[in-house]
Amino acid sequence: MHPLWLWFHKTGSPPMFYRLAGKLMPWFWALAVIIGVIGLYLGLVRAPADYLQGESARIMYIHVPSAWMSMFIFAFMAFCGALALIWHVKISEVLMISAAPIGMGFTVVTLITGSLWGRPTWGTYWEWDARMTSELVLLFLYFGVQGLYSAFDDRRKGARAAAILALIGLVNLPIIHYSVEWWNTLHQGSSIKLLSGKSTIHPSMLWPLLLMAIATKFWFVASLLHRARGDVLEMESGKDWVQQMLPGAAESADGKAP
Amino acid sequence: MNPIRRRRLILILLGLSAVGIASALVLLALRQNIQHFVSPSDVDAGLAEAGRRIRIGGIVEEGSLRRASDSLDVHFVVTDRFKTLPVHFRGILPDLFREGQSVVATGVLRDRQLFEAEEVLAKHDENYIPAEVADAIARGKAKQAEAQQ
Repeated sequence: MHPLWLWFHKTGSPPMFYRLAGKLMPWFWALAVIIGVIGLYLGLVRAPADYLQGESARIMYIHVPSAWMSMFIFAFMAFCGALALIWHVKISEVLMISAAPIGMGFTVVTLITGSLWGRPTWGTYWEWDARMTSELVLLFLYFGVQGLYSAFDDRRKGARAAAILALIGLVNLPIIHYSVEWWNTLHQGSSIKLLSGKSTIHPSMLWPLLLMAIATKFWFVASLLHRARGDVLEMESGKDWVQQMLPGAAESADGKAP
Repeated sequence: MNPIRRRRLILILLGLSAVGIASALVLLALRQNIQHFVSPSDVDAGLAEAGRRIRIGGIVEEGSLRRASDSLDVHFVVTDRFKTLPVHFRGILPDLFREGQSVVATGVLRDRQLFEAEEVLAKHDENYIPAEVADAIARGKAKQAEAQQ
């Protein structure tokens, strides 16, 4: 077997994953908090106010990274879903389902902060334009993935059904991203253009935004490992390695008092 | 890759392309309905029916804003830099409303030369500029204009 595959299979085995995730998690939490605090300080205190919107422009330091994460996590879920469907990798099922509530949280934050920004800027909390509607659809897709998974008694069957929905929902991501270019929308176009390099945002405002984007990525990984560890324990509660670590785990997982 | 997994992978890729093509066709068919607003050029081309509630969007033409002194009536011209459409509105405009900025207005198109707005929203563009920098640019432009005169 190719060494990379060997490594992949070893890391993907639940006991190895549980231990590795436990070791990595504190680092990701620490990086997320440190970079997040710096990013928030630079964005909310040090960055200049916008010439037109004034101080309310600072909402973007939360709104934009959350919006990016809401889409990034959905893509991650679909990727894990594909691995689960094709190779039946247990850990990728766990990662997919653990990512759903985190992505849902970022989507809710995106919608709420956007709405709070829209009131002073546009004059309305909500408009049914293509950008806002497609982001709302994303929230419902997260609900759908989570709900479909919970609807099955057999968690592995549920995970595969949810994976199919995650893959179908992938279609929504380019719609969200390009909605402001394809159609007339109230929402403005992207200020940050990584590919063409011609961003229409001043560098003093761009840096805090990028820091927040990095911090939310670390936050996601830390939170994901945290949730996935709990999920792995529950899934493997009957296995020897869990029994050795936590005697009595099987009884409590079956709903009986330990 | 073993044949079963290969088959699953191909099935997923086929499924994804089918869903992708289906959504693309739906979006293409609904193109006009997904537009949040129409532009003055669309109105001029007869795309918007007079008497129906629609949204129009564009830039408030510089120097076109007229406020009544004794009421909340405002008149301004919305332009997409090709065609123009005069707008009448009674009410309080959003804080970011100003000449040279974009707006989206909901209301009724009386005819091709008058739009009766019931709601006016300011549309923000993708430019984020610190207040100090914007001031400096404005001062620099004013100086340049002075020097030219």
